[in-house]
Amino acid sequence: MTSTLTPVRSKRSALTKGQLPKYAPYAVLGAALIVGAAILALIGFNAFGWGLVSAILFAIGLVSWSAAVEGSRKAKDKLATCLVVGSFLVALLPLVSVIWTVLVNGVPGLINPGFLTNSMNGVTGAYDNKAVENGTPVLGGIYHALLGTVEITLLATVISVPVGLLTAIYLVEYGQGGRLAKAITFFVDVMTGIPSIVAGLFAAAFFFVVMGPGTKTGAVAAVALSVLMIPVVVRSSEEMLRIVPNELREAAYALGVRKWRTILKVVIPTAISGIASGVTLAIARVIGETAPILVTAGFATSINSNVFGGWMASLPTFIYTQILNPTSPSNPDPSSQRAWGAALVLIILVMLLNLVARLIARIFAPKTGR
Amino acid sequence: MTATPLTSTQGAGRAGDKVFSGAALAAGCLILAVLFGVALFLVVQAIPALTAPADKIQGGQGFFAYIWPIVIGTLIAAVIALVIATPIAIGVALFISHFAPRSLASGLGYVVDLLAAIPSVVYGAWGAAFLAKEIAPAYGWLADNMGGLPIFEGPASTTGKTILTAGIVLAVMVLPIITSLSREIFLQTPKLHEEAALALGATRWEMIKMAVLPFARPGIISAVMLGLGRALGETMAVALVLSSGALTASLIQSGNQTIAAEIALNFPEASGIKVSTLIAAGLVLFIITLAVNMIARWVITRHKEFSGAN
Repeated sequence: MTSTLTPVRSKRSALTKGQLPKYAPYAVLGAALIVGAAILALIGFNAFGWGLVSAILFAIGLVSWSAAVEGSRKAKDKLATCLVVGSFLVALLPLVSVIWTVLVNGVPGLINPGFLTNSMNGVTGAYDNKAVENGTPVLGGIYHALLGTVEITLLATVISVPVGLLTAIYLVEYGQGGRLAKAITFFVDVMTGIPSIVAGLFAAAFFFVVMGPGTKTGAVAAVALSVLMIPVVVRSSEEMLRIVPNELREAAYALGVRKWRTILKVVIPTAISGIASGVTLAIARVIGETAPILVTAGFATSINSNVFGGWMASLPTFIYTQILNPTSPSNPDPSSQRAWGAALVLIILVMLLNLVARLIARIFAPKTGR
Repeated sequence: MTATPLTSTQGAGRAGDKVFSGAALAAGCLILAVLFGVALFLVVQAIPALTAPADKIQGGQGFFAYIWPIVIGTLIAAVIALVIATPIAIGVALFISHFAPRSLASGLGYVVDLLAAIPSVVYGAWGAAFLAKEIAPAYGWLADNMGGLPIFEGPASTTGKTILTAGIVLAVMVLPIITSLSREIFLQTPKLHEEAALALGATRWEMIKMAVLPFARPGIISAVMLGLGRALGETMAVALVLSSGALTASLIQSGNQTIAAEIALNFPEASGIKVSTLIAAGLVLFIITLAVNMIARWVITRHKEFSGAN
């Protein structure tokens, strides 16, 4: 009898004794899914609840099995792993949910004819009421907001990039860790944390003092966005300039090239891909800012292509006003359809900018294959 | 003595050097001037509200009676956001730095960064249209079962547009900030410490507890502080999600208001003393976030000096 048992036992090596078998996580996961489905079937099934209950059951099952076989230290390790992986999955939930919500609600607005080419000029609540009652297409579009966003962001970029880039050059090439350079670095970091609405209030207050109370134009909004954008440009350009090898600068100096020409012809061309992608990311950051534009550019329903005069619409404020103050208060659905359509356009813009930034960084990266 | 070719450089080159270094210096000083200007112009425009007689200010009780409930509301929303976001963010950062397979890690990091790319107004719209509706039944349950606690006192809001919902949306928005900063700190942990711990037979969790977390603690604290700065100043998530009102202790009733949302909701139609009041409120917000950010940056720099990181 004992001789027949011995070979069976010896299959488990002494080294792997006291460990869970390799299939343990999968087995527990399968069991957790089945039991979870059974529990949810009793109290009414939904996918989110199923995932949640199964995840909790999986963690409890795996940890208690591990505690029984492997001891408390390994069990704690398993528990930590479950919590860490779980927190990552939890963090993905809002991302998936936001993108899904915007897609589902935004596509009907976006495919509406004229959505990208019309403004809201003349679109009143009466039209929205009619659209709901008769089922006709929703009128009005985001052309004016799109135009405003592009112009304001462009002006902000034109202000921020020279200032930001020159500051970065000062910090890397001229400052040399002096007092002023340290102060600038510190305050740039602090500036990154300025709430966007405070930047908007600053621009508004500045123009109220300089141009008279109540001045609201696209240019004021561009100044507000620059306050938010400059620190981002400084940080990213500074990092890129710092990684330019010192040998390049010294080779240029050794050839008798002036410092400013070295910077313009050697340092910046080497770092240009990183700088460009940093600027693109900075644009992506400010293009979605709502609060500063709300307090500086007002909101318009008609096309205004003059950044320096008159109120101006932008995509974020368009979304905000359409949700908060629907064109027709009794029938908010057309307004929310337009808002979600605009939100989809805005997200696509931001994602495109992020993608472009990555492409720039990859394609124009300095060749280092020697 | 005749000038040798070496020293007689063209004047244009020297002038170019001067112009260029001057421009760089001016740009650097401009940034300091802007930050100073932010404070200065806010103060100038806020003075009328601070000196006005009490009955002219909204609420009729003076500026401080007007500002303190929304300061408390701002703090409540930010604290909710941090309580939710901090553990999850640290978990996500650990997952990316120490748990995920090396080949996936950078891709997963990019996915989390996508959360930061979504504009705040879209989060606000999502919170108002989707999250508030989905979460309202849970508030009813909380009011029924845990109503004894002042923070869950009923009757719960049926629309779900409460400060707790706003706090959850804020948590989603500060999550990527805390995650990316803590991730970088976790990756800077000295490899020798980690490997020494593992060689002594520590499990992965024990290694993280003994080598990674003690090293990263100042970094985590400053990451949380920076997240706090963002949560305090975030406007749209609160303006769209919260149906505001007077200060209440219950998190699941409508009520409370934050400074940023108060400004965004009222500034476009404001005039006269109301504008000054709102700019003064902005000044208060600016001072609070400035203090928080400066402390966070100070912690980071101090940490840099003695850890040899960077």
